[in-house]
Amino acid sequence: MTTLTAAETRAPVHSADPAAGLQSRLSLGTTLSHTFTMAWRALKKMRRNPEQFMDVTLQPLLFTAMFAYVFGGAISGDVSTYLPALIPGMLAMGSLTACMATGVQLREDMDKGVFDRFRALPIARIAPLAGPMVADLVRYALAGSLTFIMGVIMGYRPGGGFGGSIAAIALVMVCGWSMAWIFTWIGTWARSASSVQGISMMFLFPLTFLSNAFVPADTLPDWLHAFSNVNPVSHVVTATRSLANDGALTAEVGWSLIACAVVVAIFAPLSVRSYKRSM
Amino acid sequence: MVKPPGATLCDMNLTPDTTSTPARPTDVAVQASGLVKVFGDNRAVDSIDLDVRRGEIYGVLGPNGAGKTTTLMMLATLLRMDGGEASIFGVDVRREPHIIRQLIGVTGQYASVDENLTARENLWLFGRLMGLGSAESKRRALDLLEQFGLEEAANRPISAFSGGMRRRLDLAASLITRPPLIFLDEPTTGLDPRTRGQMWQTIRDLVADGCTVLLTTQYLDEADQLADRIAVIDRGRMVAEGTTDHLKGSVGQSSLHLQVSDHEHIGRAAGLVEQILGSVPVLTPEAGTITAPLDNTGRTADVLVALRDADISVASVAMHKPTLDEVFLALTGHATEDGSPAPDSTDYQELEVAR
Repeated sequence: MTTLTAAETRAPVHSADPAAGLQSRLSLGTTLSHTFTMAWRALKKMRRNPEQFMDVTLQPLLFTAMFAYVFGGAISGDVSTYLPALIPGMLAMGSLTACMATGVQLREDMDKGVFDRFRALPIARIAPLAGPMVADLVRYALAGSLTFIMGVIMGYRPGGGFGGSIAAIALVMVCGWSMAWIFTWIGTWARSASSVQGISMMFLFPLTFLSNAFVPADTLPDWLHAFSNVNPVSHVVTATRSLANDGALTAEVGWSLIACAVVVAIFAPLSVRSYKRSM
Repeated sequence: MVKPPGATLCDMNLTPDTTSTPARPTDVAVQASGLVKVFGDNRAVDSIDLDVRRGEIYGVLGPNGAGKTTTLMMLATLLRMDGGEASIFGVDVRREPHIIRQLIGVTGQYASVDENLTARENLWLFGRLMGLGSAESKRRALDLLEQFGLEEAANRPISAFSGGMRRRLDLAASLITRPPLIFLDEPTTGLDPRTRGQMWQTIRDLVADGCTVLLTTQYLDEADQLADRIAVIDRGRMVAEGTTDHLKGSVGQSSLHLQVSDHEHIGRAAGLVEQILGSVPVLTPEAGTITAPLDNTGRTADVLVALRDADISVASVAMHKPTLDEVFLALTGHATEDGSPAPDSTDYQELEVAR
């Protein structure tokens, strides 16, 4: 047992006010800097867990080939005539699948101890959410390019040329990033990573299959046709087709971008609010 | 843990003292009154007042589930307060959470570092997030790794770290920007005695550098070793507050347990014990044991010397300090609900004497 030193006998305590000069708000620049630091963390994490890349590497290669050979004959008569319709559809589906993983991984991350520290730090509340999403752009780019490459290997010759193809991939990347906010939002309130997966699947399948992604929409029954027409995925697919196949910048591109902006404007604030509340 | 000369873990002079800000009380680090947190119909924290002065170590002592961590989390802006007022260095916790987060470092019960990054990357990340430049962050990370004896493990993944190393890295991460106030939630729970001693030394170093430390613990011994003042919390309420001596006085003293090898000598031994300690010991002649209240643990040696001079051989000697259970019994009239997990090495110091 040691005798305790009374507080009075300790070295004199500095009298400076430690709270002087501290800011109670964050500037936009600091918020961006926090987001990019979080993106760095997410990239490091990706590099150390390469199995997380399965859904943006093997899956697009496999699914593109599978869909082309299974549906090609039935829908378009043969595989090569189906490809110009299929590849943009696959691009959209690929980025949707990839952004579903954003929500699942956020949920897993939030259950870890390091998120407790993020909450205790004076950092922008959006940074722990937006950081991984910036890093995920790498995943969308990978999924998009591999789908395209697989298509080209199977005989797809995009009429829009190289520029059109790049523009098509860029468009689905933007859309994927915007849609990811929906899954991020689900990630902030769902109870577990597997429930995020389940809930996300429920959104994902109707959105991709009840659209013009894989079949011409006019073959659908009227009520389904009506849904497919308002389904944002249909607009993205149509826009992507026009970019990749004709190199044309149509109004659909504009509509897609507006839809993306709306999604972000709704779900980004919702996500941050729900993340703050989870504290 | 070697501390290079001149290196400080925490710095009170980090921000310039500007005269433009309104005057704040300068000797108070944490002031809280009537803190309340309700989970469902359980009042986890029920009207707790805290008053932590600058430059001291303040211990919040209590068993599991007493509301210690909840109190700390409310002060650290990690949990919403359901009632009461709190300020840190004069800044309102509820109204200015962002400023509060800049003033405190929090180290939780479970290491909150990133498993996917190395130790050095972790510290760099937190440095960047706290607003340091990339180069400065790197330098600070290296300094801290050295100070906490982690430089060899700097580039190893955290998953390969021992519990003690994680805890040290976690504390290092809280110190990157030298916050003037540090919250430590059960800093040594689950650590082995040696690592525990190192952690205690680190905490003392922090205070020597001018930091204020608010820690929670379920070990009376730890509070005794470190804290200037202690608050004892039970079922969300504060049941006692004061210096360690004050608290121990309210609970009772340590006691000395002796066992003589030859039971016939017990009467003579008891006489010597009474003569030296000045109180009548309790005897168990069948077992040859003597139990006596002990005001000053240093007198144990006097007793042993006297017994040797009288040629009485001693089979075992033990000093028994009041345990958290006894503190609780004395203060609340009921025992700790889960029987507090006090480690043998600290609450019950026993040494076998073979002669």
